[in-house]
Amino acid sequence: MTTLLNVENLVKNFGGLTAVSDVNMHLNDDELVALIGPNGAGKTTLFNLLTGVIVPSTGSITFRGTDGVIPLNGMKTYKIANLGMGRTFQNIRLFKELSVLDNVLIAMTAHYKENFIQSIFRSPKFYKTEAQIREEAIELLKIFDLQDDLDKQAKNLPYGIQRRLEIVRSLATKPKILFLDEPAAGMNPEETADLTRLIRQVQRDFHITVLLIEHDMSLVMNLASRIYVLDHGSLLAEGTPTEIQQNDAVIKAYLGEEE
Amino acid sequence: MTLKANLKYNICWLILMVAGFYLMNTLILAGVIDSFLENMVVTIGINIMLAVGLNLIIGFAGQFSLGHAGFMAVGAYATAIIISKTPTAGALYLSIIVGVIIAIIAALIVGIPTLRLRGDYLAIATMGAAEIIRIIINNMKITNGPSGMFNIPQFATWPVVYIMVCVTTIIIVNFIHSRGGRAALAVREDEIAAESMGINIFKWKLAAFVLGAATAAVAGSMQASYLQTIAPNNFNIMESIAILIIVVLGGVGSITGSFVAAIILGVVDTALQNFGALRMVIYAVVLILIMIFKPSGIMGSTELSFKRLFNRKNKKVGAKS
Ligand SMILES: Nc1ncnc2c1ncn2[C@@H]1O[C@H](COP(=O)(O)OP(=O)(O)O)[C@@H](O)[C@H]1O
Ligand SMILES: [Mg+2]
Repeated sequence: MTTLLNVENLVKNFGGLTAVSDVNMHLNDDELVALIGPNGAGKTTLFNLLTGVIVPSTGSITFRGTDGVIPLNGMKTYKIANLGMGRTFQNIRLFKELSVLDNVLIAMTAHYKENFIQSIFRSPKFYKTEAQIREEAIELLKIFDLQDDLDKQAKNLPYGIQRRLEIVRSLATKPKILFLDEPAAGMNPEETADLTRLIRQVQRDFHITVLLIEHDMSLVMNLASRIYVLDHGSLLAEGTPTEIQQNDAVIKAYLGEEE
Repeated sequence: MTLKANLKYNICWLILMVAGFYLMNTLILAGVIDSFLENMVVTIGINIMLAVGLNLIIGFAGQFSLGHAGFMAVGAYATAIIISKTPTAGALYLSIIVGVIIAIIAALIVGIPTLRLRGDYLAIATMGAAEIIRIIINNMKITNGPSGMFNIPQFATWPVVYIMVCVTTIIIVNFIHSRGGRAALAVREDEIAAESMGINIFKWKLAAFVLGAATAAVAGSMQASYLQTIAPNNFNIMESIAILIIVVLGGVGSITGSFVAAIILGVVDTALQNFGALRMVIYAVVLILIMIFKPSGIMGSTELSFKRLFNRKNKKVGAKS
């Protein structure tokens, strides 16, 4: 197991507020890690820093690419995404007016070519490419049982299905690391159990690294091999689910207040 | 989605285009369409080209541009200058290409700094850019300054305009339904999500902007050669707003809507020519009424689709049996 993503002394200030304070963490190949912490702890902010949506105040983020270690600080979001960082959003950000299929096809943009002239004149090559990527998209949608909703507008899907579509869309970017921000939020226990199974399946089948923000402790304890606990922007603890469950500081700051 | 599967729909579109051509031709030969009505039809065609291109920028890529008339002016003057010097049909086509190339360069110069701006700022910046293009034309010798150009040879007859409407529309619609068009739609829907899915949002905004500008230049070429007279004031902010009105009225994000709105406004405009000063009032009232009762425009974001028509028919047949 080698380190895929490395975060050192990461800080993010919003004016006077330090949302992320001196965070050190790493993600290895092919593992499922959870990030937990109370509301406002800075979890989503950390995701935004790692995916380049916001720029760190100080600290470094490095990613092990195909040709060596790449610093991600200041790199454009779309370039970071194309290195292999996929994500979902806490407040679902699907392309609402577009179809389920188009949502997935769009995420594949960086992975196929279509030349302008061929698209305009609808050459046989164009139709062949379109048929291929459509096939690929449907394969991904099938995993999440969405293959019958291809032409539905994303905004018309039930909430839980929208969350699943967001995961499919991020998988379509062919990520090496998948960041899932509260994927089970708003789901009932059945849907959550189903999703837990799917996340595990996807992580194993695609050999990707998953970093998961989640409040549902059963889901976290079931899935994660390691857990980071964030509180008031700082890392409170790191360890296996058993270690975290027995950690006094964590129980006091987080698990305790929930019960 | 293979070539074969789409052949049926593509043939339907072809039949529709050919039928439209023959209908127009027959009506002219029969004397139903006189030169006055032909003028109306050609003006509608030019407005369709302009509106479809602007709709690509505003409705599909989500970038609020108010400078469309500037790119139209580029095409109009390229054609006026070239075919006045060399009055041949070949020169018209050459001038269209020259106009398109200059419009693309102008769109890159305007788009690269301004497309990083958002919403209102982009509208003001593009409006300013169009005004600069107009002022440059106003002060050049070769364009004959503020008095404009006259007696431009009429090579852009109605069949030429008709074919150009078809060609520019096919290019834009096919772009929308390809990799780049989908990326532009993603930019419109949610920039942060699009970027997080690996889409270079600036690149696709610029692509849509440039393509829209290029088709505006073609419309300008048609206008210059059909009307045979142009002046810088034909391409001021009011012209950009007039194009915007067609887009909004038809439906932001509906190419079909741009067609419908251009036709309705063209007919209303012609019908009102005898009303003198009342004309603008009636015109405005029609606009206000439509916007009150259908704020998303006549077509909303729906399109005429043969695929849907066929599927609907199949479903009905299936339900009966
Ligand atoms: N763009 C922003 N500007 C200012 N403050 C922000 C911004 N984003 C997040 N914050 C603040 O940072 C803190 C952490 O928020 P967040 O990362 O969303 O927490 P979590 O996801 O753990 O619930 C909160 O106090 C929040 O108000
Ligand atoms: Mg959050």
